[in-house]
Amino acid sequence: MKFIYQTWWKVIAVLLVFSTLFTGILLRVPTLPILHETIRNLYFHVPMWMGMLTVFVVSVYFSIRYLRYGKEEDDLAAVECVNVGLLFYTLGFLTGMLWAKYTWGQFWSGDPKQDSAAIAFLLYCAYLVLRNSIDEEQKRAKISAIYNIFAFPIMVVLIFVLPRMTDSLHPGSGGNPAFGKYDLDNGMKIAFYPALLGWSFIALWIATIRYRIRLIENKKNAIN
Amino acid sequence: MLLLLSTTAVFAQDASVQMDDALRANGKIYVVVAVIAIIFTGIAIYLFTIDRRLKKIEKEK
Repeated sequence: MKFIYQTWWKVIAVLLVFSTLFTGILLRVPTLPILHETIRNLYFHVPMWMGMLTVFVVSVYFSIRYLRYGKEEDDLAAVECVNVGLLFYTLGFLTGMLWAKYTWGQFWSGDPKQDSAAIAFLLYCAYLVLRNSIDEEQKRAKISAIYNIFAFPIMVVLIFVLPRMTDSLHPGSGGNPAFGKYDLDNGMKIAFYPALLGWSFIALWIATIRYRIRLIENKKNAIN
Repeated sequence: MLLLLSTTAVFAQDASVQMDDALRANGKIYVVVAVIAIIFTGIAIYLFTIDRRLKKIEKEK
């Protein structure tokens, strides 16, 4: 995992996101009713979820690794990835709610996407509560690893599958046009794809920093 | 920008969709860009400095 100590990918991530601050605000976007300029939220709100997903996937990977090899570092990596994932989850929520206030009329409208995302958020919070309730390290790591592995697909279904199957106002669900691969105006791709990539790596970066801090703390406690 | 938007939302039924041309016309859109650029640069510098601090501590160990 020498990768986490290197700087090059962190610089690239920062530059990518930095570029989207300019391309996202200054480049022309399609003019659509109700959305107006808020369509630019695509460049900032959606990458929060991309960052969250990236980091949760890595977390599941480390949970599986822990169950296989039993190395404590893998458990530390898994939990720090969830911590950062929850941060980006919260940012995704806040940015989404602010956008909803000006497009749907309310911060929270009981929309299936919002509600499902809230349930999955509680699911991951429960992961942290579960960890907190077990004192013994190995038992804690094992049980929370299993929980994590189950929580991930449930979260994916709740956030990405369920809303698309019902009436939802959220773009991409309930028959609304998504801002996805086929609907996306080509000009928007210049800002959207770098944002997705950049924020994913920034989320990973923050997770690696937290993980490295954990390693040092762990070593210090072990010596004592 | 958001305040302008909330007023334009009323005109959602118009054939011509009002965009943020006001801020663009008077050049103030660049103020918006500069503000978020400064915020993000600050956050990026913070991340780089704690990364460097960590590297130093790890080297000592």
